[in-house]
Amino acid sequence: MKRKKRERNRKRLSALFCALVYLFLFLPISVIVVNSMNATTSKPYLSWKGFTLDWYVKLFDNSSLLQSFGNTMVIAIVSTLLATVIGTLGAVGMYRYKFKGKALLDGLLYIPVVIPEIVLGISLLTIFALVDIPRGMLTLILAHVTFCVPYVIFNVRARLAGYDSSIEEASLDLGANRIRTFFEITLPVLAPGIAGGALLAFTLSIDDVIISYFVNGQTKTFPLKVMESIKSGVAPDVNALSTLILLGTIVLVVLTQSDLLKIKKKVKR
Amino acid sequence: MSSIVQLEGVNKYFGKNHVVKDLNLSVEEGEFLTLLGSSGCGKTTTLRMIAGFEEPTSGSILVEGQAVEEKEPFERNVNTVFQSYALFPHKTIYDNIAYGLKMKKVPRPEIAQRVKEIMALVQLTGFEERYPSQLSGGQKQRVAIARALINRPRVLLLDEPLGALDLKLRKQMQLELKRLQRKLNITFIYVTHDQEEALTMSDRIAVMHDGILDQLGTPEEIYEQPQTKFVATFIGETNIFEGNIKELAMGRVAVRIENGVIRGCGYGFSRNEYITVSVRPEKMRFSPVPVKGFQLEAQVKDYVYVGSVVKCIAVLQNGMEIKMDRLAGEELPEPGSIIHPWWEEKDAVLLHNPENQVLEMIDSMPLV
Ligand SMILES: Nc1ncnc2c1ncn2[C@@H]1O[C@H](COP(=O)(O)OP(=O)(O)OP(=O)(O)O)[C@@H](O)[C@H]1O
Ligand SMILES: [Mg+2]
Repeated sequence: MKRKKRERNRKRLSALFCALVYLFLFLPISVIVVNSMNATTSKPYLSWKGFTLDWYVKLFDNSSLLQSFGNTMVIAIVSTLLATVIGTLGAVGMYRYKFKGKALLDGLLYIPVVIPEIVLGISLLTIFALVDIPRGMLTLILAHVTFCVPYVIFNVRARLAGYDSSIEEASLDLGANRIRTFFEITLPVLAPGIAGGALLAFTLSIDDVIISYFVNGQTKTFPLKVMESIKSGVAPDVNALSTLILLGTIVLVVLTQSDLLKIKKKVKR
Repeated sequence: MSSIVQLEGVNKYFGKNHVVKDLNLSVEEGEFLTLLGSSGCGKTTTLRMIAGFEEPTSGSILVEGQAVEEKEPFERNVNTVFQSYALFPHKTIYDNIAYGLKMKKVPRPEIAQRVKEIMALVQLTGFEERYPSQLSGGQKQRVAIARALINRPRVLLLDEPLGALDLKLRKQMQLELKRLQRKLNITFIYVTHDQEEALTMSDRIAVMHDGILDQLGTPEEIYEQPQTKFVATFIGETNIFEGNIKELAMGRVAVRIENGVIRGCGYGFSRNEYITVSVRPEKMRFSPVPVKGFQLEAQVKDYVYVGSVVKCIAVLQNGMEIKMDRLAGEELPEPGSIIHPWWEEKDAVLLHNPENQVLEMIDSMPLV
């Protein structure tokens, strides 16, 4: 009897704990969502004045905000692509070939990840100034590629750890040349690792503030724009855009998690 | 018949590790040649050099009369069944098997037809849509065989292709492989640990030992006339005696061993040479009374019935066990009784003992 009661209490306690964790995680997000529909017009836009979708309409009049969002997307897509290609080739190369100083090179890879972003930001700015590249879109992309590449390499390398390279030999043995083998065998088998790396790179690029702050010149990214406007309280149109981004993310997550993609694959066969 | 694969003085080092040592081997067209040897003796490495995945440190390899050093694996008319299967995890069984033909741009209907045939042959019909992870070890192995065989290569390299199969399927696949090999006239270079498999399937067997080719010959030659102690002990069961030659006349040899004297016949030996004598259990005889020329005494210890054969074990004074095989039903000495092992002189195989040459020299030096 006693034991059962204790058991029940324990279950209740863990349910409560779980609820608290989720509350902690999702409360801030829900505040944004709710506030994006707040009818208030006076700074700092915090007191609830009733429901409205006006901010979503106004959002599309705020061209500089939209512009910054566009910049962020372009930078994220381009730098993700570049970082993914470079990182994948790097990881495969470092997996396949043995050479002197490989261990050192492996270790060095962690440095861009562990040094404070502010240091990386200053270093990049110094370099760009030294070789005189005008700060803007280009430098932003270069900077983002720089800090994304190690993450892609780590992800692909994790996948390579369980990789049996004899399947590549089997492919060569069956008459496929090296390029064909790479696209038929290596790439598809590593795909989950590559996709994971790319996703990570994409999210890192989208919400980077510190490094972007150093190298952006006149170009504004979405996080920088938000930082700027925060001085006058977070405007509800920023909340509106954030909510839309959140919505997009959720759709993306649901899509990848569900069997939708798998069904598509079956249809193709 | 002409040789389709030739290895000439091939050496392979991995760093300082000398794995294949001065290998000379000529494989005839249409032949079933088996590389037999214990684990780690360099069998896989040899296959990999022929397939093009490893470069010989020195020496040359010829396939169809042409040196292949410069050729990539995909340019060699050789296919491999890998020891670890190496199936493509992201492709279905159908796509795995069709891969080679697809790379050769064989028309689709023909691919479909040939895949269907080969899948029936390896008894995998119905598994087309599965992925390798959904198969058992034995099924994977059959996919690996089908995937290589479907290309009808001139030479097929098989690295322990039946290792994961149960006995029944293994026997069945042995026959099937042998039949296929005959029918398609493909040269097989076959690697195995299993001496029985090697003896039943091969036209010739190459016994390897520590990277050295110990002996190359037909199964019968390998079994009846082993040329080294390793070959004698590795292939089939045997009784090994070692000792110095005491008498030597007209090829008839008496050898003094620790517990007595034994006999055999062979040429090219010298008096006092320290040699190894190998006698197969089925050639061994136990006599209740001493036999002329032999001085050997043992006590019968045990019988083991293995189907149609009875294995009889006797023990010498020094504890060494002597094995004798008899057909079940034959009369046998009582356990515990004293017997005298002997054999026909021609049934003993006499072997030089290269490792002991130094010892021998020391032994034969006059005492000062
Ligand atoms: N890539 C490699 N690097 C270093 N040493 C290797 C490599 N491949 C094989 N070896 C060594 O070479 C020797 C021969 O290996 P190999 O794989 O040819 O043996 P095997 O005869 O096929 O054995 P098994 O019957 O166990 O498959 C072994 O001692 C092994 O450790
Ligand atoms: Mg092997």
